[in-house]
Amino acid sequence: MTAHFSAENRARAEALVALYPQSRSALVPLCHLAQAQDGWLCAEAMEEIAELCGTTPAEVYGTATFYDMLHTERVGRHVIAICTNIACLLAGAYELVEHAERRLGVRCGQTTEDGEFTLEEAECLAGCDAAPCVQVNHRFVAAGDAASFDALVDELAKGRRRQEVPRHGVLCRIERTVGLPGSEASPRRQARS
Amino acid sequence: MSAVRNRAGDAVVHLTIDGTAVEATPGELLIDAAERAGVFLPRFCYHPRLDPVGMCRMCLVEVSGPRGFTLQPACMLSVAEGLEVRTASDKARKAQQGVLEFLLINHPLDCPVCDKGGECPLQDQAFSHGPGESRFTEEKRHWAKPIEIGPRVLLDRERCIQCGRCTRFAAEVAGEAMIDLAFRSDGIEVAPFPGKPFDSYFSGNTIQICPVGALTSPAYRFKSRPWDLEQVETTCTTCAVGCRVVAQSSAGRLVRYLGVDSDPVNQSWLCDKGRYGFEAVHSAHRLTTPTVEKGEVHQPVTWHEALDAAAAALRDARERGGPDAVGILGGARLSNEDAYAWAKLAKSVLGTDSVDAQLDDGLPAAAVLGLPHATIDQAAAASVVVTLTGDLREELPVLFLRLRRAALDGVRIVECSTAATALTPYAAHRLAYLPGEIARLAGALVGATRAHPTGVDDEALAAARTLMHSLDGGGEGLVVVVGRPSLAESGETVAEAAHAIWRAYPNARFLPALRRANVHGALDMGLAPGLLPGRVTLEAGRDALSAAWGELPAKPGRDGRAILQATVDNEISTLILLGCDPLGDCPDRELARAAIEQARFVIFVGTHHTGASALSQVVLPVAGDGERGGTTTNCEGRVSRLAAKVLPPGIAWPAWTVAGELAKRFGASLGFEGVDQISSEIARLAPAYRGVDTALLGHPEHRDGVVVPLAAVPVDIGGRRPRPIDPIATPGILSVEDQGSPLELGAAQPAGAAGDVAPGWPPATAVPLVTFSPPDGAAPADEPAAGAYRLVVRRTLYERGTLVAESPSLAQLVPEPAVFVHPAALKELRVAPGSTVTVRSARDSLQLPIALDDSLPAGVALLVANLVPSEGRGASALVDASRPATDVWLEKV
Repeated sequence: MTAHFSAENRARAEALVALYPQSRSALVPLCHLAQAQDGWLCAEAMEEIAELCGTTPAEVYGTATFYDMLHTERVGRHVIAICTNIACLLAGAYELVEHAERRLGVRCGQTTEDGEFTLEEAECLAGCDAAPCVQVNHRFVAAGDAASFDALVDELAKGRRRQEVPRHGVLCRIERTVGLPGSEASPRRQARS
Repeated sequence: MSAVRNRAGDAVVHLTIDGTAVEATPGELLIDAAERAGVFLPRFCYHPRLDPVGMCRMCLVEVSGPRGFTLQPACMLSVAEGLEVRTASDKARKAQQGVLEFLLINHPLDCPVCDKGGECPLQDQAFSHGPGESRFTEEKRHWAKPIEIGPRVLLDRERCIQCGRCTRFAAEVAGEAMIDLAFRSDGIEVAPFPGKPFDSYFSGNTIQICPVGALTSPAYRFKSRPWDLEQVETTCTTCAVGCRVVAQSSAGRLVRYLGVDSDPVNQSWLCDKGRYGFEAVHSAHRLTTPTVEKGEVHQPVTWHEALDAAAAALRDARERGGPDAVGILGGARLSNEDAYAWAKLAKSVLGTDSVDAQLDDGLPAAAVLGLPHATIDQAAAASVVVTLTGDLREELPVLFLRLRRAALDGVRIVECSTAATALTPYAAHRLAYLPGEIARLAGALVGATRAHPTGVDDEALAAARTLMHSLDGGGEGLVVVVGRPSLAESGETVAEAAHAIWRAYPNARFLPALRRANVHGALDMGLAPGLLPGRVTLEAGRDALSAAWGELPAKPGRDGRAILQATVDNEISTLILLGCDPLGDCPDRELARAAIEQARFVIFVGTHHTGASALSQVVLPVAGDGERGGTTTNCEGRVSRLAAKVLPPGIAWPAWTVAGELAKRFGASLGFEGVDQISSEIARLAPAYRGVDTALLGHPEHRDGVVVPLAAVPVDIGGRRPRPIDPIATPGILSVEDQGSPLELGAAQPAGAAGDVAPGWPPATAVPLVTFSPPDGAAPADEPAAGAYRLVVRRTLYERGTLVAESPSLAQLVPEPAVFVHPAALKELRVAPGSTVTVRSARDSLQLPIALDDSLPAGVALLVANLVPSEGRGASALVDASRPATDVWLEKV
């Protein structure tokens, strides 16, 4: 099998597996690792995760599809999630969703043709104070109305929010090593993104 | 806390179920305890052969606890002393009804067009435990239906109730989680990994245990309704495990096989080859009428004419060359009764002992019969199991399931195998050896020789040896599974290896793992040179048997390979092929081809048109699977019943009748006019089968068959555990017992104590059973020639035999031939994987794509046997069976 993880990520993946008494327990962390590398979970990554965790690709797929934050289909560079739970709904979330769909020319769950944007409906993101709450690549952004949403999309397209919004799949820009085998020696590193 | 014990001294716990006092074994699940007490709790996810998960919540009952009665799933709760359970209180009923209403929310009410309708646990339990009405008025979920999740499994996602039985079977029992529940909430579905279809060898079991119509098989879909099915319990004759099955027919055609929960054998599971192989019974290539070669073509003739032609040829052969000029090959697909009739015809009427059910594709008959036998249960309860076999998942799939489970339960497996097998991940040690070295490996394993076998890893050998030393001196608890690791490695060397272990561990037991369905029965019935029915040698049994059989051959005849060789050398002029096709079955194709071409006359007795039937002068059609009664003997020596469910096609006869009619043309009578009479004669005359008659086998205690000889295995004769009555464990086959018995049983007699020969039998004349003595110095294999690769020829489940080729569900699954080598060989040859190479032996050469198998030792090339039609040249074209091992050379094309 050809390795899909980069050498660095492969080493990190093996360290993660070693962290657990049962290697299967590392399944979800490894899915996040693969998603941080590629932005989504491709078949090759799931196969490698299965091999690392001593399970089967079907079980990795079964687990990954359970979670909304793990994408088994290719997503855009920016995944825009709009919360439609009660507080946001009352503050006009669905109007915002309709606007976003018009603006981006895609429906929820779809990706724009240029591969820039994926639009998603999300469950409560715990940002009710700024309802309707919007996230891009899991980072909160202020885009509660049509005008600020359009401004956000323009800026993202021009790449002006890179400091604020990392690549999709990167959960944390600081790679934590605490608890991982050999972690004492390894300094905290800044992720390349 | 001291355990409470019942009068028999077993620990028990006492509980109350619906006001009735019930005794249960500690650790037992409440759902099982209730069922034994006659209280059936509704359930979907629970299956007695799977770990409980409590997913469906259907078995909610009220259970007493510190906080009063609470609702708990009975499948997740172990019984406890003093437990009080209410299964039908208002609260429990309401809970069950609520769960069922919930399960039905998304379940389509398409029962009239659903395959499961009429045998559906959801349908049944909606009646018995459902609310009768639904408050759900919204839209149900809709999916494309059905989708193919594997080549033999269709999924209708709308009907799925997410019990997880199929996914748990795949993970827990088959050990390959190729499907899992994917997505969430109302989007949940059973899914294989995208692009990787669910093509497990055991996929059909998921269909059988699906409690709704979500999983259906293309083979049975829309073929019949349950109430139109007739069914009978019989034994699968696809391989030598002999799984108990229910054969179901509709309008005179077999439509479905289901596994029966036979505790000592298949524990309700089947492989897909066994499940769908019945399709071959109704193949268009069945032989329906006798034919005789006239000029260049075969012409249909009457039985009378065909038998006369066969008898004339046999008479002619005997006149020219004496009785030894007749050779009989095959018979491993016959029932015991058929095999007995043919053995009697051969040895007492035709006077030839050149009879062999094996075509050099097995082990020496004396080794198969003469080593102390183990049952599958004994193997599963052993402390150490040594395997000297090919890949058991490919050859005896359900035995693989049993051994896999045993390994997970703590049995230590030492696998002697050149290539990794499906069992390797469960083995404590794998000893990879160079083909031809297996006897030396066995000697080194038991510490009998100091010589180090070539190719074996020192550390693994040392560790395996330590494990062997942990056994007591006699080897109690050691079971050796002995089969044919490679068709390019002679059976004699494997027998020698088994014998080396036996010498070192005299209390070891052996489980022969030959693949052909009734090869053990055929050998037991005397379809082997030098043997008579009931595991006795010609010399030992001559006096006792000649009173009934008449004159017997003076000296032992030739075995399968020698018969073919003698035919080439013109010493045998006439061959009778009992359902075998030497071109496909014999590991040495060149020898088989030369023999068939050289034979003056070939008589083919079989079920299907094959390469061999086309080359025969007389073709006699006989009844096959599902068309004949009688008995069959599995690898353990377990005799179980075969049942006829459909009629043979055209004017095909049972094989024993053909033998009887041929005997008449020699002025002899075989002395029986029915299968039962043959069974009785076997029970009377065959020492190892003494007392195993229809009455004994018909006893309900012996539904799973009996292991012969009866006295040898006093405890493991099956039937000791009540078959689970759970109607949804194996839907649709609860009532099979009422469907008529497969044999004409007469009045079934109660059996005596285990090991007793049924009362009324004449005293045994003391005929010693055959024992296995070491083969006289089978020549050890030479070192591989310079630059050569040692050849391994493995079997695969879907090899291109008649059964697979004639079953539409299976025919497309035959893998493409390839040669497998260690990655180092690719470098040496400077070729990329997938490119074509020439594989050349002293015999022939083939051009095959090359593929990697890094479990192989360097210097070994692996081919899979029998992947091309027998007219074509496959792996067997390369093999020289007269040598202990075969070398091949690989060349870039």
